[in-house]
Amino acid sequence: MLSKKRKAYMVGMKAAMYLSTGLTAALVIFLVAYVFIKGIPHISWELLSTKPSYISGRIGILPDILNTLYIVLATLIFVIPLGVGAAIYLTEYAKNKKLVGMIEYAAETLSGIPSIIYGLVGMLFFCQFLGFKTSLLAGSLTLVIMNLPTVMRTTQESLKTVPQSYRDGAFGLGAGKWRVIRTVVLPGCVDGVITGCILSIGRILGESAALLFTAGFAHALNGIFEGLTSPGASLTVALYVYAKEQGEFGVAFAIAAILMILTLLINLSATLVSKHFAKKREL
Amino acid sequence: MSDIMTAKNLNLWYGETHALKNVNITIPEKSITAFIGPSGCGKSTFLKTLNRMNDLIPSVKITGEVCYNGQNIYDNSVDVNELRREIGMVFQKPNPFPMSIYDNIAYGPRTHGIKSKVKLDEIVEQSLRDAAIWDEVKDRLKKNALGMSGGQQQRLCIARALAVKPKILLMDEPTSALDPISTSRIEELAIELKKCYTIVIVTHNMQQAVRISDNTAFFLLGELIEYGETEKLFSQPTDKRTEDYITGRFG
Ligand SMILES: Nc1ncnc2c1ncn2[C@@H]1O[C@H](COP(=O)(O)OP(=O)(O)OP(=O)(O)O)[C@@H](O)[C@H]1O
Ligand SMILES: [Mg+2]
Repeated sequence: MLSKKRKAYMVGMKAAMYLSTGLTAALVIFLVAYVFIKGIPHISWELLSTKPSYISGRIGILPDILNTLYIVLATLIFVIPLGVGAAIYLTEYAKNKKLVGMIEYAAETLSGIPSIIYGLVGMLFFCQFLGFKTSLLAGSLTLVIMNLPTVMRTTQESLKTVPQSYRDGAFGLGAGKWRVIRTVVLPGCVDGVITGCILSIGRILGESAALLFTAGFAHALNGIFEGLTSPGASLTVALYVYAKEQGEFGVAFAIAAILMILTLLINLSATLVSKHFAKKREL
Repeated sequence: MSDIMTAKNLNLWYGETHALKNVNITIPEKSITAFIGPSGCGKSTFLKTLNRMNDLIPSVKITGEVCYNGQNIYDNSVDVNELRREIGMVFQKPNPFPMSIYDNIAYGPRTHGIKSKVKLDEIVEQSLRDAAIWDEVKDRLKKNALGMSGGQQQRLCIARALAVKPKILLMDEPTSALDPISTSRIEELAIELKKCYTIVIVTHNMQQAVRISDNTAFFLLGELIEYGETEKLFSQPTDKRTEDYITGRFG
């Protein structure tokens, strides 16, 4: 009697589990498929390789692609040295463990703040107070602050996995602190830095709220230095503008499909990188 | 034989733990000195005071003196990196760097400014020969050192320490993680090396101390209980506690 009840319970649980798994998978597949079906037919060489022109009524997203690229590059150039430097300081130099704990806690909290708040603060601080105006640079700097905790924490975690015995060995040979860090510790944490970068790139690609405030909406075609100092829309912002303000849903879905493909690629490379390094560690 | 290192009234605390109590010892040059004693008695701690590896632990406090060639190594004027070059260390667990065999050996010389490829090649070969491992690795110098056996790794670490031309080699239970054959090779190596180097070795293995050392120091609870010629210490210990320990009555 009891065992029958138990059996029924097990079956019910199992069914519920399958159902929720199936539902989740179905949702993902539906979303991806929907975006691809609606978007891919609108992706054309012309769309990818031109800038929009009101005169001919043509829409092209090359400026937005370039802007996204510039933002990614500018953000990484600032965030990697800052994040890695902070991580090295915190794990290798800082003596006050309480302070380190507090900074780590703050970093964790920081990465949970809604991005629109970063946008607001970025606008006031970078665009107005520092006088960068609405520009890709202001946008990138805002994203630097947003991504700093991620890069710092992933680097820190991988610094901690470098065995103390390596450091002891190097110190025992008369190496100074900086040499030990540079030659023994840092090579051991390359994977953390790379993972942090990939995660950051993913976040930058997907970011829109913070950039709406700081980088603006322009679709002008610029070189990198000109581009950084002028306003410009990233792909996500362009998606918003085309869908919401111009009613160009075809273009919006095309951009969505492109972003989706990029996200998949980034996730894939993150997996590959961590697999590669896991293999190397086992050796 | 002249003395190369002397500790005078050395005390060490880890925070509140008084780990070394008024240690006085003189270590003669070109000989093997063994430290024995039960676990936790401070052998490793004392060994590390000899090349200031304790500096790396923030809570450590030290009083007293350790003199190397007449100079107190805890003086502010001492260059710690140069000190550690002259007083090298081999650890309990083999700890080669995750790089090639060649780069492992060249790490120390490069640290101290040697850049010439010819010179480095020469040092690498000589160090590996001195550590009796050249024949085993000469064909795979570019291979990752982590691919070697434990015994080979430990001899590599000895070679790595020799590559910076130290005067003293501190070894903390260098054979405790190794099989008997690797162990006896390292023991032979130590005896060979004492012609040119001063060796201080921590060991849990009393046969090992008898086999290879000239002098033995017995530690207990942070104190140096007895110190003297190995043969004498093991045959006629003067302290009751030493006798109890070497006859296996405790520890
Ligand atoms: N980093 C540290 N922080 C605090 N206490 C320590 C530290 N290292 C060692 N101690 C303490 O100092 C004492 C001596 O330790 P030490 O490692 O020198 O002993 P040992 O004789 O080498 O022992 P073993 O034979 O087990 O290696 C022990 O009581 C130990 O708990
Ligand atoms: Mg020990």
